[in-house]
Amino acid sequence: MTTPQQDTVPFTPAAEAPTAPPATRPAIRHWMMAGALLVAVVPPFLFQGFVVFQLTQVMIYGLAILGLNLLTGFNGQFSVGHGAFYGLGAYVTAILMQRYGIAYYWTLPAAGGICFTVGCLFGLPALRLQGLYLALATFAAAVALPQLLKFHAFEGWTGGVQGIVVEQPNAPTFLHIDDDQWLYYFTMAVVLIMFVGAANLVKSRSGRAMMAIRDHQIAATSMGINAPLYKTLTFGVSALYTGVAGALGALAVQFVAPDSFSLFLSISFLVGLILGGIGSLPGCLFGGLFVLYVPNIAAEVSRGLAGAIYGVIMLLVIFVMPSGAAGFPRLVMARLSRLRNRNDQL
Amino acid sequence: MELLLQQVMAGLANGAIYAGMALAVVMIFLAIDHLNFAQGEMATFSAYFAWQLIAWGTPYWLAFVAVVILSFIGGVAIERVLFKPLHNASILSQLVAFIALFSILNSASGYIWDYTIKTFPTPFGTKPLFGSVLIDAHEAGMIGVIVVLLGFLYLFFRGTRLGLAMRAAAHNPESARLVGIRVGWMTALGWGIAAAIGGVAAMLIAPVVFLDPNMMFGVLLYGFAGAVLGGLTSPGGAVLGGFAVGIIENLAGTYIPFVGRDLKLTIALLVIVAVLMVRPAGVFGRSAVSRV
Repeated sequence: MTTPQQDTVPFTPAAEAPTAPPATRPAIRHWMMAGALLVAVVPPFLFQGFVVFQLTQVMIYGLAILGLNLLTGFNGQFSVGHGAFYGLGAYVTAILMQRYGIAYYWTLPAAGGICFTVGCLFGLPALRLQGLYLALATFAAAVALPQLLKFHAFEGWTGGVQGIVVEQPNAPTFLHIDDDQWLYYFTMAVVLIMFVGAANLVKSRSGRAMMAIRDHQIAATSMGINAPLYKTLTFGVSALYTGVAGALGALAVQFVAPDSFSLFLSISFLVGLILGGIGSLPGCLFGGLFVLYVPNIAAEVSRGLAGAIYGVIMLLVIFVMPSGAAGFPRLVMARLSRLRNRNDQL
Repeated sequence: MELLLQQVMAGLANGAIYAGMALAVVMIFLAIDHLNFAQGEMATFSAYFAWQLIAWGTPYWLAFVAVVILSFIGGVAIERVLFKPLHNASILSQLVAFIALFSILNSASGYIWDYTIKTFPTPFGTKPLFGSVLIDAHEAGMIGVIVVLLGFLYLFFRGTRLGLAMRAAAHNPESARLVGIRVGWMTALGWGIAAAIGGVAAMLIAPVVFLDPNMMFGVLLYGFAGAVLGGLTSPGGAVLGGFAVGIIENLAGTYIPFVGRDLKLTIALLVIVAVLMVRPAGVFGRSAVSRV
């Protein structure tokens, strides 16, 4: 990695400075993050078990969407198959816990590692394919996984169609909180670490290389970025994130079965990513909220037309916020300032 | 040998279904440069319309023609109302719009016509053809219609000014606009044609798989696979790709021991991905060359 040509990569912080927001912005951002953290600590003490479970699930989906975001938003590679990595991570945790009796917290690194490896392997053929063709290849993974999980030769491991029941992790006794609350905080800690990791990755030299490849691969290559290496590694890291989310998902739902990881899950992640905001880290959590709550809301409005209402809400979000939730405040600000300018002219 | 022939013929019959869908997929790809995920649901909706008309006592062929025309109008309308306002949005935003359309149409056809499975009439009959067990009349009719459709499309795109204008608009919108082609309407026309082809495909498929709101989902997957295998820029390639997918799927199910039945979809997709490794733009597709 220390070849001389790598040093010619021109994406230094100095080069970004002219377009960077004023120095007060990071401070505001830090305060907002601290505020968000404080808000996030409270819910388990305010709500019943089911709401806590749902919020845990929101964070887990957010993490999965973050994985997809690293690949699509920051590296420009499409995937319609991230449900497969989510499922893989979930099954790794379930199998390690129930078949081999390994503690739940050790299964997360294992799930991450296995998904990273599979993701890198998947990233190799993905180098040849672009756009829709890559979408088809990842799509194949999403379709194949449930079938492989049901396949009779693997039944000894995967439990076939029946799936595996996962024990819920017990809260440490000295904390005096129930298991749902404990899982919420455990998930929050993991998700927080992963988000900080992603934020740092994106800001690093590797992150800039990823984005340079997204913006123009030929230009990036001519600047000495090893595009195949970075694309493959990004695929791996992306799969790692989604896999860890899957592992947490298995703990939260306490059950894994092949049909939970269908193509619809992959598509939900994609919808969450786009509506949350491509290339935005906080947007992922909004995506998680959308993926979990909006189908429920739609079903409450009308049972028979739930799908139609879900679709209409999706369309509304796209029409109102074309760049996703993350781009929305900026859009509103731009509109407002344009309005103000017009008033000044009058 | 008998078994092989039988499986190939069965594969061809399935393949005709996939080929019809692949053709519709490619049509819309040529018009708008995207895959339309809602294509299958649009087609199902058309088939339900036909079913309703026939249930009201309309003769089959009259219903057929009416549905083709209505599908065309519906396709144009969807483009004008939903996708024209989005045409400057990013590809991924449009993707969400496709998924939303999918969800709306799927849910609506279930709501209007409920989820019970319905039989759909075939105009060709179901007698075995030439007294053989290999292929029945409906399957043969289906293959025939697909081939005729392909012929018409070829003539339309190669032989008419409108077809040329559509190709130009899809290939290079800016230059096309400069020579006076109304690019926006060409896109709408592409949607209309794709919707009509999808409607025809669905009406041919419905007698085989029976009519229900989710009938096209599996078919669409194979249709996509066929279109990508053949090359998204080539209608003829897509039809061949559709037939190939049908045959590969059947042969894999029969001849690969052990995994056969359970994993035939997986194997079909693996074969396709393997082909794409060698020819990344599909077997008959042109690879895009862009100026830096």
